[in-house]
Amino acid sequence: MNAAEPTLDIRNLRVTYARGIVAAVDGIDLQLAGGRLGIVGESGSGKSTVGRAIMRLLSSSARVEADRMMFAGMDLARLGERALRQLRGKQMALIMQDPRYSLNPVLTIGAQVAEAAHLHLGLRGKAAQQAGAEMLARVRIQNVARVTGLYPHQISGGMGQRVMIAMMLIARPRLVIADEPTSALDVSVRAEVLELLDSLVREQGSSLILISHDIRMVAAFCDEVAVMYRGRVVEKLAQLENAAHPYTRGLLAALPDPKHPVARLATLDRALLSQLETSR
Amino acid sequence: MNVIEVRGLDVSYGKNESTNHVVRSLDFDVRAGETLGIVGESGCGKSTVLRCLAGLESGWGGSIHVDGKPVSWRRTRDELRRMQLVFQDPFGSLHPRHRIGRTIAEPLRCMGQEASDQTVRAALIQVGLPAEFAHRFPHELSGGQRQRVAIARALILAPEILLLDEPTSALDVSVQAEVLNLLADKKAEEKLTYVLVSHDLSVISHMCDRILVMKDGIFVDEFAPGVIATGAAHHNYARHLIEASFF
Ligand SMILES: Nc1ncnc2c1ncn2[C@@H]1O[C@H](COP(=O)(O)OP(=O)(O)O)[C@@H](O)[C@H]1O
Ligand SMILES: Nc1ncnc2c1ncn2[C@@H]1O[C@H](COP(=O)(O)OP(=O)(O)O)[C@@H](O)[C@H]1O
Ligand SMILES: [Mg+2]
Ligand SMILES: [Mg+2]
Repeated sequence: MNAAEPTLDIRNLRVTYARGIVAAVDGIDLQLAGGRLGIVGESGSGKSTVGRAIMRLLSSSARVEADRMMFAGMDLARLGERALRQLRGKQMALIMQDPRYSLNPVLTIGAQVAEAAHLHLGLRGKAAQQAGAEMLARVRIQNVARVTGLYPHQISGGMGQRVMIAMMLIARPRLVIADEPTSALDVSVRAEVLELLDSLVREQGSSLILISHDIRMVAAFCDEVAVMYRGRVVEKLAQLENAAHPYTRGLLAALPDPKHPVARLATLDRALLSQLETSR
Repeated sequence: MNVIEVRGLDVSYGKNESTNHVVRSLDFDVRAGETLGIVGESGCGKSTVLRCLAGLESGWGGSIHVDGKPVSWRRTRDELRRMQLVFQDPFGSLHPRHRIGRTIAEPLRCMGQEASDQTVRAALIQVGLPAEFAHRFPHELSGGQRQRVAIARALILAPEILLLDEPTSALDVSVQAEVLNLLADKKAEEKLTYVLVSHDLSVISHMCDRILVMKDGIFVDEFAPGVIATGAAHHNYARHLIEASFF
């Protein structure tokens, strides 16, 4: 593989759901070579669909088209289900809003991290358990001995995300897609989960796509932010101050900011936005 | 002047070893015409406090006075009328198979009052919705529109106090801005008093005159919204919450 080759190279991705009249994702381009890309936008703008399309996790009734869909030199569009299963978890991983749905409900946390250690490090038995426990400690889980005996439904959302991150420390995927990873967490836990995600990505030189409705959080965390509106990326920004599109500017103005109190919050000029849409 | 005075409010769920002491001997006042904010993380007891105020909980200890008169676990119709609760998830709080018009008129019927089409139309219009929405079902509305309906329903009995439990937490920020503006307008027009509960410090500081920080069933700090920007000294937990909220 060529060193200059991007980890991810997506051109003109379009996704239409079976029942959808309009495309949920309507021609977007994403290139990523290491580093952290944020995808922001309001609910329904197509963020999760992009993440799931890259993971090839959309159901077969969804129509996915792209001019180019390359990951680590492989053509994602051409890979079979077997190859995809190999890819997922090993080379690319998805962190979702509620980690408890991503974990296996009938296996203890300890068994699942040990399984990851077996799969990715080739360890067995005690050694696998040991390696798993070490990773749990590294994501700052207190009392690892107790947590390894718990089932996914017995742990908090914050702990679940830390378990997910521990499994990725073992698997060392090249690309991590995190879809609203902190949205279900308490404010005081969010920062820690983001920090862990950050150190994971930095240490392993992985690429990260961070998907969230929280534009300020994403901008603080990512190198670049793609702003989605109705299935399209309306602009890509390195800094929020440079926002030029009326949608992005409207979103930012609508956020209450204690540092700049206002009597009335600005609201989106929806008429202007649909005018822009139709004149496109 | 205080419209609500709470002393020693105490709530426990469960019995014996499994007792969950959720609200621990709270004292606080709500002043006439203010917006009082309560901020805290999930499970700290915010909704329980609002439910006690609204008359939806029994078994609490301590005292609650409204306009100087004590209220108990059981409320008179007028006591219920004066304080209305708006919930986070308008989808969960609107009956899925009732048309919007019926939902909005429901509180009036419960009070044994007449609910004319005219009243319902006016209620919709005052929250910025078309009067024709009276014929729709909840699933035919967006999240923001449903929250407007919940606000219209809360206002129809001309209450003096609105208890707002995470009223915009389920909404997109652009819709949140519209709903918060609507709440500010209604407060000015109807001379209302608000108690607003949220985990979102930026919403709380935008809306409130005074902020109480709740943790594990007690208030650990109180400050004015301006304090967040200046970063003046607070209780450790409040400072942690502020730092975690604004990076
Ligand atoms: N499984 C599905 N079937 C049909 N439509 C869907 C499905 N999933 C999402 N959609 C639609 O696709 C659009 C984009 O959804 P999504 O990618 O989930 O947005 P976001 O993550 O930004 O909230 C929305 O209009 C949504 O209703
Ligand atoms: N009806 C109930 N029965 C038992 N426990 C309850 C009940 N309602 C709330 N709780 C518990 O009380 C605590 C506080 O809950 P709540 O007031 O809803 O917190 P918040 O609104 O701050 O998230 C939580 O631990 C919750 O599990
Ligand atoms: Mg999504
Ligand atoms: Mg609550």
